[in-house]
Amino acid sequence: MIRIYDFKGVSNQEKKNDFSKREYSVQDLLLLVWIVAKVLLVVICLLGVVAYLTLAERKVIGFIQSRIGPNRVGPQGLLQPIADALKLLQKEIIFPTASNKYLFIIAPILTMTPALAAWAVIPFDQGMMLANINAGVLFLFAMTSLGVYGVLISGWSSNSKYALFGALRASAQTISYEIAMGFALVGVLMAADSMNLQEIVLRQQGGIWHWYWLPLLPLFVVYWISAMAETNRAPFDVSEGESEIVAGFHVEYSGMSFALFFLGEYANMALLSFVAALLFMGGWLSPFEGIPFLAQAFAWVPGIIWLILKASFFLFLYLWVRATFPRYRYDQIMYLGWKVLIPVTIVWIIVVGFAIQFGVGPWFSH
Amino acid sequence: MSELRNYTLNFGPQHPAAHGVLRLIMEVDGEQILRLDPHIGLLHRATEKLAETKPYNQSIGYMDRLDYVSMMCNEHAYVRAIEKLYGVTPPIRAQYIRTMFDEITRIMNHLLWLGAHAIDIGAMTVFLYAFREREDLMDCYEAVSGARMHATYYRPGGVYRDLPDKMPQYEASPYKKSAEIEKMNENRQGSLLDFIEDFTRRFPGLVDEYETLLTDNRIWKQRTVNIGIVSPERALALGFTGPMLRGSGIAWDLRRKQPYAAYDQMDFEIPIGKTGDCYDRYLVRVEELRQSNRIIKQCIDWLRKNPGPVMTDNTKIAPPKRVTMKKDMEAMIHHFKLFTEGYTLPEGEAYAAVEHPKGEFGVYLVSDGANKPYRLKIRAAGFPHLAALDEMCRGHMIADVVAILSSQDIVFGEIDR
Repeated sequence: MIRIYDFKGVSNQEKKNDFSKREYSVQDLLLLVWIVAKVLLVVICLLGVVAYLTLAERKVIGFIQSRIGPNRVGPQGLLQPIADALKLLQKEIIFPTASNKYLFIIAPILTMTPALAAWAVIPFDQGMMLANINAGVLFLFAMTSLGVYGVLISGWSSNSKYALFGALRASAQTISYEIAMGFALVGVLMAADSMNLQEIVLRQQGGIWHWYWLPLLPLFVVYWISAMAETNRAPFDVSEGESEIVAGFHVEYSGMSFALFFLGEYANMALLSFVAALLFMGGWLSPFEGIPFLAQAFAWVPGIIWLILKASFFLFLYLWVRATFPRYRYDQIMYLGWKVLIPVTIVWIIVVGFAIQFGVGPWFSH
Repeated sequence: MSELRNYTLNFGPQHPAAHGVLRLIMEVDGEQILRLDPHIGLLHRATEKLAETKPYNQSIGYMDRLDYVSMMCNEHAYVRAIEKLYGVTPPIRAQYIRTMFDEITRIMNHLLWLGAHAIDIGAMTVFLYAFREREDLMDCYEAVSGARMHATYYRPGGVYRDLPDKMPQYEASPYKKSAEIEKMNENRQGSLLDFIEDFTRRFPGLVDEYETLLTDNRIWKQRTVNIGIVSPERALALGFTGPMLRGSGIAWDLRRKQPYAAYDQMDFEIPIGKTGDCYDRYLVRVEELRQSNRIIKQCIDWLRKNPGPVMTDNTKIAPPKRVTMKKDMEAMIHHFKLFTEGYTLPEGEAYAAVEHPKGEFGVYLVSDGANKPYRLKIRAAGFPHLAALDEMCRGHMIADVVAILSSQDIVFGEIDR
């Protein structure tokens, strides 16, 4: 559990001076070390997840396409991500002559940082989180929206036509899908009556039919489509558009600066999968809750395992969709976002409003 | 107010969707194409000029390398032009073999096209599925000629040799268990014809598989329906042939209109489109896959029942049998003459065209009576199609250029020659 330093009982005057004059106790130092250790734990685990997500992607898509995927580095290709990372570390970072060097370097960092920062509010189990803040959903939303700056700046600073096209496409797309996603989240907030992620999960207690995927099914679908569009994944990968604008915004990047974009993208994928699991699939709650024998039989499974399984399912969906669908055209994506997804969410928010007013079903009767 | 200027975008030649080495100069307003200028010639290898310096038979291999995804069809046009000028008719079995391999080639070409078209529009799985089947057909090429791509199998007066009784087999390797190898070799136990027959039985189901991924897919339809429309009148005026013309709704097919080889004996249908957009061209080519499969089946049935020679016995143009060479002085001389200076064609000119997978592929041959062509002109099927790219793309978006370009089925080997 996190203990946040309590300012209550300290006078204003003291507050002003306390940072310079206060004596730090050993306990404070330990607290700091403990917090940093937890942050590091989450970040390292996350980087591991990202690394193996790239391998999983190649293996899963390989399986779908009836081929093998990487199987040469290590047993069954398990060391492939490490080999990839080592290769990228050795590569030279090339600066295009006409580029704006500072922005060029800042852009990948700007993509990567919010993708990592957003993990601060993700509860992995009851009470297992870095920061239990009341506006958790808002924080998440803010952080995922910041990612677009990295893309926009990278496209502009590389001073390449293809990169600029990619950046423009990406920013237009991300901004419009943010609205659909925001509305989908509004539905969840209304249903749960809270912006705290832990609260939202706890509100879904009572088994698989109590989770929000059922009463908020249209919002769930919209959320998931927007999540794919937000992360610029196929079939919404117009900003990369391999066959159209080559690699879009990161066409001029190489080496580690290129890798940062990838890390950011995959960290975002994992993030949105976890959020989907938390908001709509009951987070760390067991799917067997309320079922007589199964509930007891699976009571020993820690919540984090359920959460990871649910998130993995969503991550698998990402890969499955990528291997199956063709790419949308840029204007068709906008059409889908503005003319289909946003109206659907607005209608369903009204429906949810009525459902709450009249206390429908097991979901809104509290 | 500052002046607004359009963007000029250089597309290719190093571009994943440039189908080789196409370079496009695009003038775009936002994402909309205002003007588009294809630059060609980056794969120019002077095939026509090279052919003027070589005895006729030595140029067959160059034909393979023109449109390097439909090799035997290129050869077919060339050997037909020679046969026409010389006045030799290949034996009937050779005609059937040619028909069969033309259709195998058509399937190979359309599979590659389907995969590339899908991957250009963003569906990457079809590409690998298509290549899985293409592999089997490559093995047929290998079985019959020893080469997987550049076969040089058709010769003036017939084909190089009869269909083999054995298929090449997979061999064990450190990465494959012997049980796996046995499974992979299962359908390779019989003759080449058995193998192809097995393929024709599997293939319609596989085409269904591609179609489930694409035909009714909403995104696929959004990307292809009403994109790059060519009206029937324009298609004719622009000199379109093959699936491009049929996609616009004109039932023109040389296999039916000017039958060659054994096509007049074959029962097949010619699919045509309605609107002439990318989707219609897609549907036409997918249906052609099925029709080609039908033709191959008919050829297999005939070839099983009718053994016979596959090369003309006119030893002025075709090499004599080894056995006769040992005893017959004249055969020996023929052999020597053929492999040193080749054969001469009578003075004159001939044009022979085949229904190539991409359209009408024609070879125009002018002979001055020497053992080399005086002039060889190749009518590449893709050339008029590419020339119409500007007209087809105007007003569309950048992403559509890629879709339209790949729906034209462009290969630069034949366009640049």
